[in-house]
Amino acid sequence: MKSTSIRRALVPGLAVAALVLTGCGAGNEGGTDSGSGDSALSGTLAGGGASSQEAAQGAWIAGFQTANPDVTVTYDPIGSGGGRESFISGDFPFAGSDAYLTDDEGELSNAKDRCGGDVIEIPNYVSPIAVIFNVDGVDSLNLSPATLAGIFAGKITTWDDAAIAEDNPDASLPSARINAVHRSDESGTTENFTDYLDAVAADVWDAGVIELWPTEYGGEGAKGTSGVVAAVTNGTNSIGYADASQAGSLGVAAIGVGEDFVEPTAEAAGKILSVSPAAEVATDSQIVFDLDHTTTEAGTYPIVLTSYLMMCPTYDDQETADLVKGYASYILSDDGQQQGADEAGSAPLPSDLQEQAQGLVDAISAG
Amino acid sequence: MSTTDAPAARPTVDDGFGQVTGRGDSVFRGLATASGYIIMLALAGVAIFLVLEGWPAIQATGEQAYGKDNIVLFVWPLVFGTLLAAVLSLLMAVPLAIGGALVISHYAPRPLAKTLGYLVDLLAAVPSVVYGLWGIGFLAPAILPSYQWLQDKLGWLPFFEGPALSGRTILTASIVLAIMVLPIVTAICREVFAQTPTMHQEAALALGATRWEMIRMTVFPYSRSGVVSAVMLGLGRALGETMAVAMVLSATGIVTFNLISTQNPSTIAANIALNFGNASGLKINVLIFSGLVLFVATFAVNFLGRWIARRGQVKG
Amino acid sequence: MTTPTINRPSGGDRASLPLTTPQLPPIAPALSAGLAVGVAVLAGLLLSWSVVGMAVLAWLLAMVFLPTWSLLLEGRRKAVDRLVTALVWSTFALAMLPLLSLIWQVVAKGAPALSVEFFTYSMRNVIGEGGGIYHAIVGTFLITGLATLISVPIGVLAAIYLVEYSSEGKVAKAVTFLVDVMTGIPSIVAGLFAFALFVLIFGPGIRMGFGGSIALSVLMIPIVVRATEEMLKLVPDELREASYALGVPKWRTIVKVVLPTALSGIVTGITLAIARVAGETAPLLIIAGSATSLNWNPFSERMATLPVFIFSSITEQGRYPEAQTERAWGAALVLIIIVMALNLIARLIGRVFAPKTGR
Repeated sequence: MKSTSIRRALVPGLAVAALVLTGCGAGNEGGTDSGSGDSALSGTLAGGGASSQEAAQGAWIAGFQTANPDVTVTYDPIGSGGGRESFISGDFPFAGSDAYLTDDEGELSNAKDRCGGDVIEIPNYVSPIAVIFNVDGVDSLNLSPATLAGIFAGKITTWDDAAIAEDNPDASLPSARINAVHRSDESGTTENFTDYLDAVAADVWDAGVIELWPTEYGGEGAKGTSGVVAAVTNGTNSIGYADASQAGSLGVAAIGVGEDFVEPTAEAAGKILSVSPAAEVATDSQIVFDLDHTTTEAGTYPIVLTSYLMMCPTYDDQETADLVKGYASYILSDDGQQQGADEAGSAPLPSDLQEQAQGLVDAISAG
Repeated sequence: MSTTDAPAARPTVDDGFGQVTGRGDSVFRGLATASGYIIMLALAGVAIFLVLEGWPAIQATGEQAYGKDNIVLFVWPLVFGTLLAAVLSLLMAVPLAIGGALVISHYAPRPLAKTLGYLVDLLAAVPSVVYGLWGIGFLAPAILPSYQWLQDKLGWLPFFEGPALSGRTILTASIVLAIMVLPIVTAICREVFAQTPTMHQEAALALGATRWEMIRMTVFPYSRSGVVSAVMLGLGRALGETMAVAMVLSATGIVTFNLISTQNPSTIAANIALNFGNASGLKINVLIFSGLVLFVATFAVNFLGRWIARRGQVKG
Repeated sequence: MTTPTINRPSGGDRASLPLTTPQLPPIAPALSAGLAVGVAVLAGLLLSWSVVGMAVLAWLLAMVFLPTWSLLLEGRRKAVDRLVTALVWSTFALAMLPLLSLIWQVVAKGAPALSVEFFTYSMRNVIGEGGGIYHAIVGTFLITGLATLISVPIGVLAAIYLVEYSSEGKVAKAVTFLVDVMTGIPSIVAGLFAFALFVLIFGPGIRMGFGGSIALSVLMIPIVVRATEEMLKLVPDELREASYALGVPKWRTIVKVVLPTALSGIVTGITLAIARVAGETAPLLIIAGSATSLNWNPFSERMATLPVFIFSSITEQGRYPEAQTERAWGAALVLIIIVMALNLIARLIGRVFAPKTGR
């Protein structure tokens, strides 16, 4: 790769510049002398991919860099597709993606070629997608799958619609128009949300599983998770879907599962991995699932975004292997899982999966 | 600079037409000429590289063309939104700009006019991202009640059908665009107005015309082509403005004349800014292709504007 | 067409013949404005309207009062003139409202964010509150500085070519015209150009600060050329001829005589050009990307800049929208101060070092 060699050639230049300019460093970027602790790791690790993981990766990077001051990890939120592309081309030693690798477009085989064998995929980010709302006089909201699909398909247009009233017998629903907010950009959140709607209410939601919202379904479009949250907050009688960790002070709807209504919590979201079957392409190193949205298992929140971390079991050089190993180990550690849950609402991995994943990461080596 | 060696030591004399002897002259002349050509090359380069990277998008379809069947279906709604926002903003900005320019050129007393002119320049200096921040953080929430009023009272017009549930509409984006275009159009109009021959104006006043009659009879006819070219240049700016629209507008990318709905057309520039970070593969080419369309459109508008301005100059 | 006789005053006293037409007193505009505001506030309070409603009504009333008064006293033509005067001033006031609102908002919301930490910290390892914009300020200065290094020589030399060497040839006309058209290139197109160029050189997905400098140069060069060209044209030919007469070669005449004479104007133009591109966002978003850590090397990896920092803070808020929004306004205040300071410096240079051309 031309770009890689140029970039490598520039690294010494960067180092010299950094040495010359340490006097001008940022106040919080300690440089080399600030208590390296017991860490032997150093260097730069540049990955990227799904933007859904950005908050979690930010938290993990902060934690990992604090423990290893000589390390710089970057995560470019360039999207799942871009992440997979750069991972396969070798530009990213690790990548995040909302979809696991398949051979529909030959990506899995290419990734295996790039890694010279197996590919490691870990569901490192499992997060509930909350249905957030901002409706005058309504504090809690229950929505059955068909009602939810009807609202977002533009078929239920007022808050006092019979279907909503049926789910919420006690609420005083205004006879106002529903402002349904959706993501205007392509996103894994939309994909997982429509995956759910398609699975549980295909007769109401007939657009299938899509990454980009169909314009004929109406509603307000907003960019990014925070755009949706802001639009719901600032709008009137609005409803939207967003990563649960960013819902802030907005109302969060409970979703009908079986006979109950379940609120989006990390715990309830994490359960879905236990009830979902492994995907067709899953192997010992590729821990990937096809989520079972139709589950009726009590206490399981069914609208969940899973995002995977992709790595190779072997890397060409020792430094990259050590860094990937160290970073992935940190993500899987109890500290890392806690950090992800606190800062990004990621459901901690079930302990059996955590163990299996740690085993894979421990085996990462150079060669 | 080296010490000043006596020029008389050299017998060569420049004839003033560039026919010179001596190495320094030819080197310097070469450098200057090269720079002139670099500019032409740069402009050609912009076109060439956009074509090179945009061309593969011709065959984009479905998923790669953001869910549209082909590149034309992808670009057309964006072209519509771009034009709509630009035209709306000009409708608001041009009357204000002409009024503002008249204040500075003819109405305000001299010392005050200078200060006012400086204020307009300040308005032009504010970075677009700050306008965007102001639009999303202040204007959009503040203007929502007016939209609800419009929907209630004028909802029978297709423009104000609503539903007015969000302030981040194409109308808000156009208002922000208008504010950004305003200083440019004002500045050009001001210069054009000020160039009206004083004799014409004094003659009109001497005949007993009021100030407005004088302006109508001397200033406006004299500066018509200048104002048109100012409007064209403002249009060019409005077409290409990115950040303010990207931040303010809640875009769906549909084709509609409903100005205060929650579903809004998107513009080419804003669409690129919002989607570029997450694009990969052919999608990048698709976005660059839309940028090429924008480039051609603004080039044509600017070309026309400058051409009208030049023609007017020759006449005047 | 009835009586040719003039309606004489009863006493036949010539001195009482009106030599001037009746005119409104000078305080008439203020009076009618005051009256309009009074009526509007009263009506607004009675009907419990919002302040905006009252302001609109007051304006409408003022637009009616003054011309009507004038129509009754001064005649139709004067009334129209007064109406237009009022309208023209109103448009100007309306145009200034957003600027006032914007400055007020940025200062009020941005000032609380400013602190020592805000200026000396980057966003590395910062989650939630705290952190700063040091990395973005460094990025903005590096990228804009490099763009200036590229644009100034090319721009000034091209202007010299246009004014001193081309003698109004066809090429020169084309260049002048293209420069004019180039000032209208949308900034995002400049960014796409830099991206397309760098992708062909370095491969897909490239991001680097230097690309931002290239994109900004595309926007900056035409401004520099225009400013320099105007200034060079102002240099009197007598100066050049005097120099030639002394046997000074043309290039030394330009370097030693023409450029120094026009220097203050050129520097003013360059400073204004820097101010213009320092606030550009779109091209940097595309080719320079954003980063949380400090990056001193414009030739490798992503680089944060102030405008992109503002944009990404407001569009990617994550779990801490308050902290992100506050930082965005803070950064906006800093950016505005930088840009306004550059503008002010440009004006000062223009005023203080202006050549005494005896005009």
